[in-house]
Order: sequence, then structure tokens, then C-alpha cells
Amino acid sequence: MSTNSYKNYLKEEHFPHIWCPGCGDGIVLHAYAIALAELGLAPKEVVTVTGIGCWGKSDDYVATHALHGTHGRALAYATGVKLGNPVLTVIALMGDGDAVTIGGNHFIHAARRNIDLTAVVINNFNYGMTGGQYSATTPLKSKTTTSPLGNAEPGFDICSLAEAAGANFVARTTPFHVVSLKNLLKEGIQKKGFSLIEVITPCPTYFGRYNINSSPVANMHWLKDKAVSVSRYQHMTDEDKLQHFAIGTFVNKDRPDFYTMYQQINDCKWEGGR
Amino acid sequence: MKAKEKIRISIDENLCKRCGICSEFCSEKVFLELDNGMPQVTVPENCIVCHLCDWRCPDLAITLEVIS
Ligand code: SF4
Ligand code: SF4
Ligand code: SF4
Repeated sequence: MSTNSYKNYLKEEHFPHIWCPGCGDGIVLHAYAIALAELGLAPKEVVTVTGIGCWGKSDDYVATHALHGTHGRALAYATGVKLGNPVLTVIALMGDGDAVTIGGNHFIHAARRNIDLTAVVINNFNYGMTGGQYSATTPLKSKTTTSPLGNAEPGFDICSLAEAAGANFVARTTPFHVVSLKNLLKEGIQKKGFSLIEVITPCPTYFGRYNINSSPVANMHWLKDKAVSVSRYQHMTDEDKLQHFAIGTFVNKDRPDFYTMYQQINDCKWEGGR
Repeated sequence: MKAKEKIRISIDENLCKRCGICSEFCSEKVFLELDNGMPQVTVPENCIVCHLCDWRCPDLAITLEVIS
């Protein structure tokens, strides 16, 4: 058994964290720390890059290197860090606002280039920190503070987007499915090339209150009931599919990452500056 | 699993935000939710050390220790 504790990756002196009761962000933070501990990566070999939002606060609680960027730009900063020093393990922690709404352009191009980064996208279907406005993942007809009668736009499917753009590893899970969450984080971090782990996460305060229930327990039950395995989802009727979402791994391939291709084509070797 | 090991389950009252997730989802009903929302460890001897309460606690308030 590994004696490397997840506590080595957290700044517990900054707890209690700012997140609301029952917010899934803390569960993902815990799973992230366990994943890093089990992988045995030294905190100084890891850079956690964030943007803005409730989940954007996560870098305050990690004991790895941290880079807190502007809204939607976490992947742009992460790309720079990785290419500047390719020996580092670079992980971008983003919400749906950061990743595919304000930062949507960075997201598709990071996946297309297949940069060796891991994107952990907490999708709670709205902008929690600024008061529960709709984002690009808010489902059609869902209620938010800026769509009180229901959202007139359909939401992005983040995993399909990453797959179409060319990511090497694409998976979805939830904080209820916490063992798979930890394992998918480990797989994504180990994968060379662009990895996306989408975590459908409860926001009891806003999305939950308007569309599910404000109780943390009800939001966890919602995840338990709505999430089905990829294989089960594929055999569902279209009507049933609308009521559920698939969890598991959608893509796991080994297309050469950007850095490998760049060195090959330019016949150069860049180990990075220190 | 490790049914005969002794387990100490502690809840940090300074971290717990009384969300109720631990009491609701523990398969062995180890916790009782008090009227004020705080979970209380009532039957630790039933714990199967699945760690799910610990990992699902949004506030990282639960610690499980195996006392051998
Ligand atoms: S507003 Fe929503 S996402 Fe933000 S901390 Fe509260 S529950 Fe979590
Ligand atoms: S899951 Fe954690 S925060 Fe929620 S009631 Fe239990 S100990 Fe408290
Ligand atoms: S480790 Fe599992 S069995 Fe033990 S108290 Fe926690 S949820 Fe219940």
C-alpha cells in the first residue's frame, strides 16, 4: 500500500473551503488529491491551472504549483506552461463557463493540437459564482436566473466536442461515482496528449434549486439516477436518452501529441527551460 | 471486507456543513443525522471501510482510521 497521503497535495490550513453545503467541487478536489497521491507525482512536478468561478478557487487549496488565470483562459496558460517546461504535469481545472463557454475556443484548439494536458471540467450547467446564469452547457428548457422560464438554447455535449476536436482521452463521471472519478483522473493524467474528464457536478444552490431540488442529498440522488454506463446508454430509446447521460470512457487512443509532432517535423529536441 | 478491524470514524465539526450526504448514502447506516443536521457516528462496528463517506464528503470532514 502506498503511504503517500492525499493530504500532501492539499492546503488543509485553508479549509473550510468557500463552497456551499453539498457542492460537488470539494468531492472533486479530494479525488484530485487522491489521484495525484496514488500516481506518486511530487507536488512540485505538477502545475494546477485554473480560471474563474467557484471551481476556479480550487488552486487555493492545492499544494502543487498553481496558476490562477483569467476567465476562460486556463487552457491558454496551461499550454504555455507545458511547452515552456514539458517535464511538468499540467492540469487545468475548469468549470463549464471557463472550458466551453467563455473559453470554448481554447478548448477545441487544445484538443485539436492534442497538447499533453489534462482538462478536468466540472459541469454544473450554470455560472454558480456570479449568481446562476445560464452557460453553454445549460440544457434546453432548464431554468437559471437568466432563463427563468427555461433556456431557449441547447447545451453543448462537452465530451462529443472534445472527441470531434481530436482529444486522446475523453471520459465523463460524477462526484457520486467517486471511485470511477478518481480512476478516470489518474488515467487522464497518465495519458499523453489532450485528456478531458467531464464531471457532472451538483450545484444545489442554483442549478439544483431551480431544476432538481436545493437539498444536497437530492442532487446526489439525481446523479445516481441519471447516470448510466456507456453501453447501457447506447441501447436506450431516444426518449430515455433525454432523461439520462452516459458515464465512462468515450475515447482512449494514442495519436501523437503536439510536442512530439513539433519536434519530429522541425527535427529538434526541446527539453524545456528551468 | 475487513469486518473485524476496529475503525475510528471522526467528523471534523469545524469543516462539516451538514449536507447529509454521509448519513444518506452509507450502505451500513453507520451515521445518524441529528436534528441540527450534524451526522453522528452511531454504529462504527458496522463499517465495512468502503471509504465512500470519506470520499463523498464535499467538505473533507470525515477521517477513517483503522486501529489495529
Ligand atoms: S454556487 Fe453552486 S457551484 Fe458555486 S459553490 Fe455554491 S453550490 Fe458550488
Ligand atoms: S458529508 Fe461531510 S459535510 Fe456532509 S454532513 Fe457528512 S460530514 Fe458533514
Ligand atoms: S466507510 Fe463505508 S461503511 Fe464505513 S461509515 Fe463510511 S460509508 Fe459507511
